[in-house]
Amino acid sequence: MFGIESLTGPTGAAILIGAVLLEALVLYVGYGALERVLGPTIAKMLRGE
Amino acid sequence: MEVFGIAASLLAMFASFGVLIGLLFGFFGMGGSFLVTPALLVMGYKPDVAVASGLAFVFGTSVIATLKHRDLGQVDYKLGVLMIAGTTAGIEVGRIGLHWLQDAGLADTFVSVAYVALLGGIGLFVTYTALKGDGDGGVSHDEADGEIDPDDIPDIAKKIQSYRIPPMMKLKGGIRVSLWMILGVAFATGLLSGLLGVGGGFIRMPALFYLIGVPVPVAVGTDLFEIVFSGGIGSFLYAMDGAVDLAIVVPLLAGSAFGARLGAAATSLVDEDDIKVYFGIMLLLGAIAVAVRKIGGIIEMPVLDTVALVIIIGAALLVSGAVVVSSIRELRTAESSTTAQTAD
Repeated sequence: MFGIESLTGPTGAAILIGAVLLEALVLYVGYGALERVLGPTIAKMLRGE
Repeated sequence: MEVFGIAASLLAMFASFGVLIGLLFGFFGMGGSFLVTPALLVMGYKPDVAVASGLAFVFGTSVIATLKHRDLGQVDYKLGVLMIAGTTAGIEVGRIGLHWLQDAGLADTFVSVAYVALLGGIGLFVTYTALKGDGDGGVSHDEADGEIDPDDIPDIAKKIQSYRIPPMMKLKGGIRVSLWMILGVAFATGLLSGLLGVGGGFIRMPALFYLIGVPVPVAVGTDLFEIVFSGGIGSFLYAMDGAVDLAIVVPLLAGSAFGARLGAAATSLVDEDDIKVYFGIMLLLGAIAVAVRKIGGIIEMPVLDTVALVIIIGAALLVSGAVVVSSIRELRTAESSTTAQTAD
């Protein structure tokens, strides 16, 4: 996937783990923004309002 | 249909599985590799790919869950660093012990029996204290920042806290414990991790609560903080041999990031007593699943691998369902009391 899986050795491993870390940070920020925008509406729906 | 050369159905399946795992991981601070690696093995992935991708996934999801717990003030960094030091030493000693057992030809049997006994033992203990409901462990999830009620501290933790060997450390929740007791507990959990070859979240999280007396939300957040380091180092070592499969990790992480957000938010809503019995049952079912898989290997019945996976996924569905239902109930209860107070 994305052509970086064939990388091995310390540099390859660092790039791969860096990619996972980057994805994690992007998801944290992205989902955080979504939660701020949609959170109150969803909470209201769950409360049955 | 394919996305980046991978079947869209496979991506969707991994993302959905990720939501389920993330919810448990965010709420309990455990359950990542415990669920992912067996599932990947049953799906036919090679053991090194299953373990490496499981570790890389645990690393990513623990980064996200730790950040979320940090936002809620539920990570004790001082305790986390001390736990990392003690656990690392324990893992090294555990690895040496495992090599010794391997040379003696006892490793496989020892690991399987110890894993089932430990998982089952903790499961029984947690279920028993939850059903007994005598206050042992009745710590509400919203007590992370305030002083912990002495009645909420388990008896074993009170005993450990009573040993005042300097230097004493002040931890979140206002508790004071000797540095040596923290390192001792960390070493013991690391030893078990090294001997059993597991991440150790299911050992460390209950140990932080039952042995040191840390409030449950801080135990979860601090455990996640430690997993960032253990998962990161473990997956890096495997990635050097090219064993990490991003086609597994990327969709799993996307799903679990969503689930972990729900799970971490639920820790602020749900009283831990409501859920602890399910957590205990999940551990017990996990022990049964490991035993079933081991028996399947001995009597050469591969179908038992699938039975074990069904038990694990069923247990995960049961507990994550309980977390979601309890959270919604709490939200509705809070809304009703606010409305009643306004009416008064």
